[in-house]
Amino acid sequence: MDNLAFARAQMGISLAFHMAFAAAGVALPLVLVVSDVLYAKTRDPDYLEISRRMAKGTAILFAVGAVSGTVLSFELGLLWPTFMGTYGEVVGLPFALEGFMFFTEAIFLGVYLYGRGKIAPRHHLFAGIAVAVSGMLSAFFVTLVNSWMNDPTGFRLVDGHVVDVDPIAAMFPRPFWHQTSHAILACYQATAFALAAIHAAVLLAHPTSALFKKALGITLAIATVTALIQPVVGHASAQAIAKHEPTKLAAAEGLYETMPRAPLALGGIYDETTGKLRGAIEIPGGLSFLSFNDVDAVVQGLDAVPPDERPPVNAVHWSFDLMVGSGSAMALLGVVAIVLAWRRRGVPTDRWFLKCVVAAGPLGLVALETGWFVTELGRQPWIVRGFMRTADAVTPFSHMTARFWLFAVVYVFLGVTVVFLLWRQLRAAPVAASPDAPPQSHGPHGAGASP
Amino acid sequence: MTARDILAAAMLIALIVYVLLGGADFGGGVWDLLAAGPRRREQRVLIEKALGPIWEANHVWLILVAVLLFSAFPPAFAAVTTTLHVPLTLFLVGIVFRGSAFTFRSYDTRGDRVQQRWGLVFSLASIVSPLLLGMCAGALASGDLRWVGGVAGGGFVDPWLRPFPVAAGVYALTLCAFLSAVYLANEARDDALRDDFRKRAIASGALVGACALVAFALSFEGAPRIRAGLTDRPWTWPLHLATGVSALTALHALWRRRWRMARVAAAAQTTLILLGWTASQFPYLIVPDVTLAGAAGNPRTQRLLVVALGLGSLLLFPSLFLLYRIFKGEQVFAVVDATTQRPSALPVSREGEGDGEV
Repeated sequence: MDNLAFARAQMGISLAFHMAFAAAGVALPLVLVVSDVLYAKTRDPDYLEISRRMAKGTAILFAVGAVSGTVLSFELGLLWPTFMGTYGEVVGLPFALEGFMFFTEAIFLGVYLYGRGKIAPRHHLFAGIAVAVSGMLSAFFVTLVNSWMNDPTGFRLVDGHVVDVDPIAAMFPRPFWHQTSHAILACYQATAFALAAIHAAVLLAHPTSALFKKALGITLAIATVTALIQPVVGHASAQAIAKHEPTKLAAAEGLYETMPRAPLALGGIYDETTGKLRGAIEIPGGLSFLSFNDVDAVVQGLDAVPPDERPPVNAVHWSFDLMVGSGSAMALLGVVAIVLAWRRRGVPTDRWFLKCVVAAGPLGLVALETGWFVTELGRQPWIVRGFMRTADAVTPFSHMTARFWLFAVVYVFLGVTVVFLLWRQLRAAPVAASPDAPPQSHGPHGAGASP
Repeated sequence: MTARDILAAAMLIALIVYVLLGGADFGGGVWDLLAAGPRRREQRVLIEKALGPIWEANHVWLILVAVLLFSAFPPAFAAVTTTLHVPLTLFLVGIVFRGSAFTFRSYDTRGDRVQQRWGLVFSLASIVSPLLLGMCAGALASGDLRWVGGVAGGGFVDPWLRPFPVAAGVYALTLCAFLSAVYLANEARDDALRDDFRKRAIASGALVGACALVAFALSFEGAPRIRAGLTDRPWTWPLHLATGVSALTALHALWRRRWRMARVAAAAQTTLILLGWTASQFPYLIVPDVTLAGAAGNPRTQRLLVVALGLGSLLLFPSLFLLYRIFKGEQVFAVVDATTQRPSALPVSREGEGDGEV
């Protein structure tokens, strides 16, 4: 692996890590607000307890997201100084706005976490809503930067110099609406499915816990709604990519030859030398139809661009299939959840269903990360599509190997630590908060003890 | 005053706030490591609670500096992140370690030994960070960090390991330790503990003065433009005077146990030191190859950034004020502590009580 590969791997790890924690930071406040509103309406102490318990986890996840965000801001320069040096002024505005949103989120999170009981409930709820909204907006602004990288606009390149910069135009490139909505929904979806899995797992062990049944109600609702909207947004996104970023779509489908009646390909290994996709399940005309609503439409293949402008096909193709597969599974589960909830007139607690929810837990995160792989890897070899190659943006600092392994180890360690500690907190927590039911811990030795 | 000047001023303000808020956090690591005497455990507990190292969102001020730099002065950002690649990377490793240690400390983990080990990691990471940032500042000022034709002229290691940048790093670390000790003396409730930190504050305050002199002496060879900036310009002498006055005020206030005055004076001293450094380096972002004017990005972006800053401040300052008013009397820097606090026998002081002021 050469320096460029290590730099890309480094950026990949930092972003993958940050996105998981940032997604939690965006979505958890929504769960908190929903729980608070339900408490205000029903005066059921269980909802208050749900909010209280999630607050600590939210604070931890938010702080880790902040740390990884700091690292990323610097790594933009440490790893890709030429990119930032040339295009910083074009794309800096959404970064600045994202920073302000993050700052607002942090302040109101402080008010929310510490102000319960100290300020009027209406103001406390307002703080929670402010956290949720500013979190969503900061995700919006930062995704705008990525959409610009995919479809650059708002400047001209003359003799290698950036001129006629229009920062507002650069903030709203063609893909912006579908890319941002897809990403924001993914944050809620990933978090909701992970939380629902946790709640379902506890319910499986303690079927009578009213507290966790209510918690599952909230998270399952968010998971279902997002799981059903996301494929629609995703489809719109794919159609836009077919028009404006055809090389990315070709890589996602492993399509070498530009052709009408292009097949939809599931799985398979792409051979770079022959352009053949081996072992894929093909649906004839499927790709043309999905992309342009016309089975006979011509879909551009990888042969439309020279070999040195083609993305790594297998990585993009498998990421895409994993994303769509996870998304479909989650959508299916969402439909099942709706049917069951309608029939049971409440939160479904059938054991087989709960087991499915537990199994679906990681799917949201898988879809989030693989989806991002598609958009990033699918843009290679460009860092700014059509204008700057990733290879030309990388830092001249040459000892990237040691750096990469150091950060990889530290990040893996930090990630494992956080998950482990949150897990332990969950195991030690009592199963009920209602005054009539005696609190029982589901840990083997009782509340608060370490396993 | 052009948009460019406003943005440069905004970066400076963000940096000052970062040092004032985060510096005390970092400095806490020094006192954690050097905790000694019969109240050693209580010292560590106070540091952990009062300084709120959990408020990792402090880093947002530094992120703001980075964002403003790459949006308004993009070539300068590229220059800084290339030439100072190594110390900035090490700084980031420290930040991530602090994050890990913080996560551990927020939970009631297994026992003292695990806590101790993480405490050590946290302290070391907290010490290394201001040291590295100070070295970066020193290197930027020294004139040895060369950026010609997009190439790091002086190599990646040599320019920041020279005597002047190293002295600047030690200076920064000592300043953070001093700030931290003053804040801790304010936060401590127990008189004996207060006195412990008073002694530490006075000692580190004196050291800050010594570091300033050493840095100045080294600047003759190590950073001649800074030396010239510090002594030859007309406004520098009032600036030095003000810095000296606030330093002496802080030490005097500590001596006389006037805690709030000491805190204000220490903050003023820190601000003036940073102002003195940047003013003597003006208009260079990196001496001698990168200036504010030379690295300025296009004016339209800069104007929009100023608008964004204005709108952002309109939103942020009232909410910060609201946050402070709600928690007046509580530990402002430890807002998340309420949800993560373990019950402790050690009470922490409230603002305005027991500060010895008439």
